[in-house]
Amino acid sequence: MNMQTRPQRDLATAHAVRNGSSARVDLLVVAQMVKPNAKVLDVGCGDGELLKILTETKNVDGRGIEISREGVNLCVAKGLAVIQGDADTDLVDYPDDAFDYVILSQTLQATWRPRVVLEHMLRIGERAIVSFPNFGHWKIRLKLLFQGRMPRTAHLPDTWYDTQNIHFCTIRDFRDLCNEIGVKMEAAVALNHWGGKLRINVPWWFWNLFGEQAVFLLSRKK
Amino acid sequence: MAEADLKSIQKARAKEAESPRESLVVRFGAEHPLKLDSGIALSPFQIAYKTYGQLNAHRSNAVLICHALTGDQHVASVHPVTGKNGWWETMVGPGKPIDTERYFVICSNVVAGCMGSSGPSSTDPATGKPYGLEFPVITIRDMVRAQAMLIDHLGIDTLFAVAGGSMGGMQVLQWAQSFPERVFSALPIACATRHSAQNIAFHEVGRQAVMADPEWRHGRYLVEGTNPHRGLAVARMGAHITYMSDAALHRKFGRRFQDRSNPTFSFDADFEVESYLRYQGSSFVERFDANSYLYLTRAMDYFDLAAEHDGVLANAFRNSPTRFCVVSFTSDWLFPTSESRAIVHALNAAGARVSFAEIVTDKGHDAFLLDEPELFAIIRGFLDGAARARGLVVPS
Repeated sequence: MNMQTRPQRDLATAHAVRNGSSARVDLLVVAQMVKPNAKVLDVGCGDGELLKILTETKNVDGRGIEISREGVNLCVAKGLAVIQGDADTDLVDYPDDAFDYVILSQTLQATWRPRVVLEHMLRIGERAIVSFPNFGHWKIRLKLLFQGRMPRTAHLPDTWYDTQNIHFCTIRDFRDLCNEIGVKMEAAVALNHWGGKLRINVPWWFWNLFGEQAVFLLSRKK
Repeated sequence: MAEADLKSIQKARAKEAESPRESLVVRFGAEHPLKLDSGIALSPFQIAYKTYGQLNAHRSNAVLICHALTGDQHVASVHPVTGKNGWWETMVGPGKPIDTERYFVICSNVVAGCMGSSGPSSTDPATGKPYGLEFPVITIRDMVRAQAMLIDHLGIDTLFAVAGGSMGGMQVLQWAQSFPERVFSALPIACATRHSAQNIAFHEVGRQAVMADPEWRHGRYLVEGTNPHRGLAVARMGAHITYMSDAALHRKFGRRFQDRSNPTFSFDADFEVESYLRYQGSSFVERFDANSYLYLTRAMDYFDLAAEHDGVLANAFRNSPTRFCVVSFTSDWLFPTSESRAIVHALNAAGARVSFAEIVTDKGHDAFLLDEPELFAIIRGFLDGAARARGLVVPS
């Protein structure tokens, strides 16, 4: 695989990936999982919205990596410590246990090797927080079933040939990956179309069907 | 250039080396020698510097600007020799990104320079004549040591920021490595932690041009009353090409002829770009000393921050409390983005707080001196964030 040929994601795409109508809620759910005064790395931090929330509300020592140059420059101009980099290639440069939390918000599905990225996140950080759009949502299932085309939704509007999202997964798929690489799921939240949290005491298949987005708090298995 | 002009330039410059105009000078006597990497103790020596703005009561708002190879202390005010504006007036001044209404800005001429800090054109107290090549070879770290003595002299413990591009950026990195507790934030721009073989090669061409000029006289031109201006001009012409990108040169000059519509079938400056380079060369010799050029290029060549840490750059910044903002430019082929990325990787590996931005421009290495709004926004934002963390008032 040649990383060099990978198209640069511009900020508009980063926004489109991150900022669905319930993006704000998604970020707040992520932020709620972070303990105050923690050291945080936000991978794919976009325009720095989450880092700003975390800095202001949780007093975290926040760092970011963002692939789009425009996003990085916006972040630095906001006074955030953000570097231009690629989750797929640059996490390897970070030493073990450098952060309390490594966050990957709405970016997992845009990485080349999600499994490797996830492994690096839990090497660099004690905990990882991952949020992603659930491809197992009933609307997406129905679209594929009845239209016979790659589904496009309000949150995921790009065509299959334009999208940066090359590795979609469902909540169930992600849970399987966590089990496979020995990751402990400390908390999970599924959000419905309006950004509301789904009830906690429902089975996984329900989440996988009705959760439009999922947020996982992960840690290394002891 | 007329011989008489050159003589008067030479005289004016010699005077500038001893008692620089429009500058402050601090002289360090025998009790405060500058201990150099070469093992030599330089004494006595002097540092010429400029300041802008006011130091606050807590002495916490001082910003040190480190100048590049051919820069000097006149960062934001009219140059006493050329009459031109300061070399970083786009960046430093009232209301500018490095705002002199908020920060106390210091810029000193590097040791071995030729604008009032001790250098090869200064008088050697042992002989009463200009040092020439008797001046000890200095390093980037020696420059920083001398600056630290100046900062001590000014009664400043911690610098709010140290900023600079190119050779100035090397000094910024050296500051952060040598005095991490004294550097709250660091802005190394368009630079590297070491000179590459290509960098050294270009510098060697420049030095050879100077030394090939028969008027150089093994560095004794000030004593012998000659002036290696041709060699220095050629050195500058060559170097100037490396500061610009291919695209910028072509955009500026293309293949256009200079004041003529046809080639003259001679070796006149037929092309605009030739004329431009000749002008760059001849105006440079009016303000710069040939031996200083040798010393400063040498200092850059010797720079290798990782070398003293077993080649592991991250170890140079282990536990650094400094906030870094690294900036590079897409079309800079002298200090390409890959060099800045190496700095960022090392800082990340060391757990340092680092921001990094690459700015899209076709202006090449010199972009850091030019009107680059994105650069201004980044530096302003970074400094505002650092100022909040430092407890300095940030205007809303």
